[in-house]
Amino acid sequence: MRNWKKALSVTAAVAMAATMAMPVSVFAEGDETFKIGVIGPMTGDYAQYGTNVYNAAQIAINEVNENGGFNGYQVELLAAGDDMGDPEKAVNAYNDLLDKGMQMLCGTVTSGSCIAVGAEAAESTFLFTPSATAVDSITSGSNEFRMCFTDPAQGAKSAQYIGEHGLATKVAVLYDSMADYNSGVHDSFVEAAEENGLEVVADEAYTTDNNTDYSVQLKKIADSGAELLFLPNYYSDNALILQQASEAGMDIKFFGVDGMDGILNVENFDTSLAEGAMLLTPFSATAEDEASQAFVKSYNELTGGETPNQFAADAYDVIYAMKAAADAAEITPDMANEDISAAMSEAMLSTELDGLTGKAKWTEDGECDKEPKAFVIEDGAYKEME
Amino acid sequence: MSFISYLKDGISLGSIYAIIALGYTMVYGIAKMLNFAHGDVIMVGAFVILTAITKAGLPPAAAILISVVFCTVLGIVIEKIAYRPLRKASSNLAVLITAIGVSYLLQNLALLIFGADAKSFVTVIDVPSVSLFGGQLVIKGITIVTIVVSVIIMVALTFFVQKTKPGRAMQAVSEDRDAAQLMGVNVNATISLTFAIGSGLAAIAGLLLCSAYPTLTPYTGAMPGIKAFVAAVFGGIGSIPGAMVGGILLGVIEIFGKAYISSQVADAIVFAVLIIVLLVKPTGLFGKNIQEKV
Repeated sequence: MRNWKKALSVTAAVAMAATMAMPVSVFAEGDETFKIGVIGPMTGDYAQYGTNVYNAAQIAINEVNENGGFNGYQVELLAAGDDMGDPEKAVNAYNDLLDKGMQMLCGTVTSGSCIAVGAEAAESTFLFTPSATAVDSITSGSNEFRMCFTDPAQGAKSAQYIGEHGLATKVAVLYDSMADYNSGVHDSFVEAAEENGLEVVADEAYTTDNNTDYSVQLKKIADSGAELLFLPNYYSDNALILQQASEAGMDIKFFGVDGMDGILNVENFDTSLAEGAMLLTPFSATAEDEASQAFVKSYNELTGGETPNQFAADAYDVIYAMKAAADAAEITPDMANEDISAAMSEAMLSTELDGLTGKAKWTEDGECDKEPKAFVIEDGAYKEME
Repeated sequence: MSFISYLKDGISLGSIYAIIALGYTMVYGIAKMLNFAHGDVIMVGAFVILTAITKAGLPPAAAILISVVFCTVLGIVIEKIAYRPLRKASSNLAVLITAIGVSYLLQNLALLIFGADAKSFVTVIDVPSVSLFGGQLVIKGITIVTIVVSVIIMVALTFFVQKTKPGRAMQAVSEDRDAAQLMGVNVNATISLTFAIGSGLAAIAGLLLCSAYPTLTPYTGAMPGIKAFVAAVFGGIGSIPGAMVGGILLGVIEIFGKAYISSQVADAIVFAVLIIVLLVKPTGLFGKNIQEKV
């Protein structure tokens, strides 16, 4: 199988070289561009994530090109590699994009795919994922970087935020113990609670199969005297939790993470119940700062009226971080992928970015080190917290 | 006081299981098949109500009526298209597998039409809460309605099956299908009627389930369906009072498990109860012990 694939790709490469040899040699001088690929789900259940990343990358690249491109060279975004969230399709898309001349990858969008593509790209093609949150997504090589927080980091950052801002000292947690995202965030939150001066007075769980009745857990939480309830769950579950807490007459603060983003758009949900709820998320389209507003407007224009989500903001920042690193590393489009990758990885360690999702730096592991941003829901919209 | 409060929560949850279990047990008792699509008919019923109210702007009473009619017809159609042709098939397994297929079909159709996003259910039943012991115990209006409705349905069903002519026909079909046919009972019509009643009940169950826990997705019916099946087996499948008692006990066990043992293993407790009951009393609490003739 492997040999067959290799043979095919060699044949393809030879054929491509043969057909392209002439025009390329003629235009090579003035037509040198960096080619960037995006891999993510463009169709299927998670299509929203992939298309947000692709559109935002396009916006950022257009802006970058107007301002001199990467190290003085224009940047081209290749046609999107659609993996439908499936690791195998992602690897195919990766190989396909390499054949089309991809030099750097903005992706992949989802964790499973990123783990698979990360293994292929290790020490060969520069990989920068906007949104793959699983820890293993970028552990294959030293040339792999991440824009978002990992799942565990979200829990620890939430504890830090609650502690630093004095939102509460007694906290309760209610989470889906069957889903790895929820339990991953929960575990790191509980672990980090103590060092941030928080006491976890109630630690309650439910399961994905039993996610409609929270009355018992909420009663135990109410009895525990907690001041704040941490909800590391997706918005649909959280909407129901808020509803039942309100019915039970609970007076408690709510704090969620990025999965809670979307709660205001749940059909028929009474958004007044979410009033005052806080969530840790890197971006909100209703944030009032100038950069966010300009981005939302560009996104709106490009897509004919759609609103970007946090995936889009992360991807936008990825392109700008790439630009900063590319300028510092002084890479040129005629370099081999391995050399670009090595130079970029080196430069990333000293790159600092003041992006849509916050002020960011990167560690040697490729992890993004940035301050968590929290939003509070006021009058049915997100407002960034001080 | 918290004990009574948990008990109340348990009865509230259990009475919803009971209504769903009534549908399971009816169909099993008479048609001798497990209709695994029952939980998904509940979901369809809830979506019909939600759509009728939010999209068509109908009053709640009309929406409920439409939903019951829709589910009744759906039940008859499913039975006619998917189950009847297989009834004469050599094994019961064929019908069981088909029922699972119908279940997935309904889920995926709903996914296609309504999308995967969870929707909040609208308030249809507006009954004020009752406050007891100076506000220490609050019983929600929907809880009272659910309990009352499930008792009414149980009594009505028992009466129907035992005292009316179509009901006796059902009993006859249940006892011995071939003999009933020889006695002039229209077996196909009787089984159709069973499915019609079972699915109509599913619409009511959907309304109560989504009113008590106001969220709706294409998978809303699946887990309560399985739990209600457990309740039906627990109470003795085929027995109408058994389904009622089994449902309520199951709800109480689940809530007590969550409250006094651990909220993480509530489901494990529920299914452990099923295993224990089946080991000790294989026919369930109210089940008849039928001797197999060889």
